[in-house]
Amino acid sequence: MTATSNDKDTAQAAAEVEMVTGVIDGHEVTVPKGTVIIRAAELTGVDIPRFCAPPLLDPVAACRACLIEVEGMPKPQPSCAVELGDGMVVHTQLTSEVAAKAQAGVMEFLLINHPLDCPVCDKGGECPLQNQAMTTGNPETRYTLQKLTFPKPINISTEILLDRERCVMCQRCTRFADEIAGDPFIELVQRGAHQQIGIGEEPFDSYFSGNTIQICPVGALTSADYRFRARPFDLVSVPTTCEHCASGCSLRTDYRHDAVMRRQAWDDPEVNEEWNCDKGRFAFPYLSLDRLSGPLVREDGELRPASWPEALRLAADGLGRARGRAAVLTGGRLTMEDAYAYARFARTALATDNIDMRARAIGPDEAGFLASQVAGTCGPTYAQLAAAPAVLLVAFEPEEESPIVFLRLRKAVRQHGQQVVTVAPYPSHGSTKLSATLVPAVPGAEAHSLAALPADVRDLLQQPGSVILVGERAATAPGALRAAADLADQTGAHLGWIPRRAGERGAVDTGCLPGLLPGGRPLTDPAARREVASAWGVAADDLPTSAGLDLPAVVAAIAADVATRRSAAEQGDEAPANTIDALLVAGVEASDVPHSDALLRALQDVPFLVSLETRPSEVTDFADVVLPVSVVTEKEGTFVDWEGRRRPFARSFPLATTFPDAEVLALLADYLDLDAAPRDVPALRAEIDSLGAWGGERPWPGAAGATDTPNPGPGEAVLASWRLLLDRGIMQEGEPYLAGTRQPSVARVSAATAAGVGVPDGERLSVSTDHGTIALPVEITEMPDGIVWLPMNSPESRVTTTLRATPGDTVRLGRE
Amino acid sequence: MPELPPALSGFWVTFRTQFQKVNTEQYPEQKDKFPPKPRFHGRHQLNRWADGLEKCVGCELCAWACPADAIYVQGADNSEAQRFSPGERYGRVYQINYLRCIFCGLCIEACPTRALTMTHEYELADNGREKVIFEKQDLLAPLREGMVPPPHAMVAGMDSHDYYMGKVTGATEQQREEVQHEEAQREEARRQDQGAAQ
Ligand code: SF4
Ligand code: SF4
Ligand code: SF4
Ligand code: SF4
Ligand code: FES
Repeated sequence: MTATSNDKDTAQAAAEVEMVTGVIDGHEVTVPKGTVIIRAAELTGVDIPRFCAPPLLDPVAACRACLIEVEGMPKPQPSCAVELGDGMVVHTQLTSEVAAKAQAGVMEFLLINHPLDCPVCDKGGECPLQNQAMTTGNPETRYTLQKLTFPKPINISTEILLDRERCVMCQRCTRFADEIAGDPFIELVQRGAHQQIGIGEEPFDSYFSGNTIQICPVGALTSADYRFRARPFDLVSVPTTCEHCASGCSLRTDYRHDAVMRRQAWDDPEVNEEWNCDKGRFAFPYLSLDRLSGPLVREDGELRPASWPEALRLAADGLGRARGRAAVLTGGRLTMEDAYAYARFARTALATDNIDMRARAIGPDEAGFLASQVAGTCGPTYAQLAAAPAVLLVAFEPEEESPIVFLRLRKAVRQHGQQVVTVAPYPSHGSTKLSATLVPAVPGAEAHSLAALPADVRDLLQQPGSVILVGERAATAPGALRAAADLADQTGAHLGWIPRRAGERGAVDTGCLPGLLPGGRPLTDPAARREVASAWGVAADDLPTSAGLDLPAVVAAIAADVATRRSAAEQGDEAPANTIDALLVAGVEASDVPHSDALLRALQDVPFLVSLETRPSEVTDFADVVLPVSVVTEKEGTFVDWEGRRRPFARSFPLATTFPDAEVLALLADYLDLDAAPRDVPALRAEIDSLGAWGGERPWPGAAGATDTPNPGPGEAVLASWRLLLDRGIMQEGEPYLAGTRQPSVARVSAATAAGVGVPDGERLSVSTDHGTIALPVEITEMPDGIVWLPMNSPESRVTTTLRATPGDTVRLGRE
Repeated sequence: MPELPPALSGFWVTFRTQFQKVNTEQYPEQKDKFPPKPRFHGRHQLNRWADGLEKCVGCELCAWACPADAIYVQGADNSEAQRFSPGERYGRVYQINYLRCIFCGLCIEACPTRALTMTHEYELADNGREKVIFEKQDLLAPLREGMVPPPHAMVAGMDSHDYYMGKVTGATEQQREEVQHEEAQREEARRQDQGAAQ
């Protein structure tokens, strides 16, 4: 993996930096030049009190809690902002009366207006101010006057509450919003004792707002969601990996009894640093929402509860009958181990290669691209991304689709002027915050924009270390993936693929695509088949030899089967065998797929349907057997982030009594009298590791050329659309406060396009296809004419189900 | 007195004791004659403010202090519609498990609002685990003269500080009316439910 060479780079760089040696409390300490005293002191084991100095924010010396004495300087100095100089002699509170007195004085000032709120404050029990009041503060107050009071708490968004009385003006929140997220909505107002964190006109609807709660050193910022729910000593904390997107954040899940109380970002410098997004932090109530409590089987058209043995028997019988004529749809949310179990079960137990992990719009090029460029590889990494001089984004909106990638890009833009170029229909909010250069692209015709990339952008990408990131949406633009790969070859830039869901990368690596075996092995390669067959303990001849069907092809095949059966029945002939006799479906949400109506019909028409689900869904509605499975807190597993980095996590609830998908599949294999597949996570991991990545050829056959740029007529436009980070995704259900911070749904068109259909700014624009109409307030946006942008899955705008359209399709515009 | 043989000296003790004052307290017959000492640690009580609002703010400090892990608390938000205590927070769930409690009284010392005190009640034995886990309604102090049962608003014009300063001396007419009105509405809803059921 490239990380090794990186480590070497850092080691070399470290050797080159200038070191300085100072004395702290009588101990010599040598640190790189530029290290502030508070960090140098940490190295000697001396803890200086602090409020405003978390490591990842620039120093401001706002709170003065960290005052220390430096020999030769007239006054106590803030240790979080003064760099250790060569030969500097520093005395902290441990060895200096002056420093100790200064710190105690600051503490006393801080507590003058601080309310006696600890018993009703959510920070109580894990509050740095409480702790420092105990270590540094005066036990008795000398202040007898009225404290400053404010109405409390006030909502600065539906999720974030501000209690100004508790604020110690450390400005961590405002600096986070400004330096990290780039959404500066909260600011310090007024001065002196009356200084307070003020709120702007607009609510603080940042996708990263939850981080301010976590870094606030007091209980001034709290969340509506965790308000008064628990105390730190009630909670059991488990490190986990976020299951929402492919950024791969390390999280900490805090639970009490059998319920998750909150989630926080966990420190992982290589991935999410100390941050995460609000979806990962707040969207967990779905975990316990209307869960399936036991297996269901269909009897006389109705689902009824059944025992595990009965349900497994029925499922195994049905699937066994369909051996060779089954298909597996896994959705993009499985852990790597579960995905691997499906990949193996499909090829061995079901003897089919009809397996697809994508529950979204897909393109003809994609499977080849993933197999040849992505599966089983590693990198580019976050570190490479941060160091890249230039980054090209293709059909990818980092802030919406992979927020930690966005934060890393923003950091690089701020720190070393990284140049971001985005191939998109318009400069989004996120692109603007990255000061990105826009290469305008008509959705679906990104390949043309890449082919005609301005020379200066090419020059940028030719700088060593540049990165090209393609989003999963690039798959729907014919030729775009090929164009991006060619561009990477020509310029030498690293190429990265960023899916939206946490499980997609792991599913690609473990072979949940037609024609792709685990570790990036092409199914059509006999050597690759032999490797896999020997790991699985089957004969190489038993594995399917030709690539199977993807999701749209499966849906089409079921429809064709129905038509054949019907015409055979009309003619009085014997019906020929079906192409697809059974479907095995993991967590797939029909409305994620364009033309979800066709998928729903297929689910209804397929002769036998087994659904492994956590809660009732449109799939379980049609299923013949429903087998309930575990959610992430109830199982261990691994998500593979977009880099290809494994993010293993442990089970949160030790007493969970549900089965993960892999275990249910192993049980099914038992019922089918097949050689038992590994059923627990360590065994699955071991098998995946022993298979490893494919070392042979990775062909990418079939070059799908770019299609012509669509040419919408008058009153028409090309549809542009992507999913917003916070939308009506089912994993965000049950969290109304988070839902309140969603962006308002608007339709975006250029001024000329709006004028063309006579809709003034702010009025409602209707966007329609033959299937339906979405009407939204229009926001005139700087973008090419003849394009309309809609949020893909927001409450007021559900492109897949209402319009049944994909980006790149032509839609009609009108005035509502 | 001559030295008795050891076998008989035991009988002598028994014989002599028959004529001394009896120390045994007869329970339960005589329990009223021997009330516990003033600082006896008996069953806990969750106290109320003079207007009936609860003093407990659901802070869990008692649970934190408890060496026997006998207390379970869940806090919740007072809303305009449903107020149980002055201020922002109240104890929604409050349980003490008397199979665990060792009556040390550390919880009483920890309580910042004097919500939790101990009574003189000591007859807590029972024949089932669930019967000796006392819930909030079992622990709440009875409504005294001048109190109305929460949920209800604070005394008009007062805030939580005024409660702590002892400025509230009893439920006001307005609070009484509010509680009666709520009760009447609940009664009405019940009647309608029954009507609908029939
Ligand atoms: S912020 Fe800390 S010190 Fe202040 S009331 Fe809350 S817990 Fe107490
Ligand atoms: S709200 Fe918290 S983070 Fe923000 S300035 Fe106040 S104390 Fe600091
Ligand atoms: S009296 Fe002691 S043991 Fe009993 S609940 Fe209180 S703190 Fe716990
Ligand atoms: S009884 Fe006292 S210490 Fe316990 S939760 Fe209520 S207010 Fe807090
Ligand atoms: S931590 Fe140094 S001034 Fe705040």
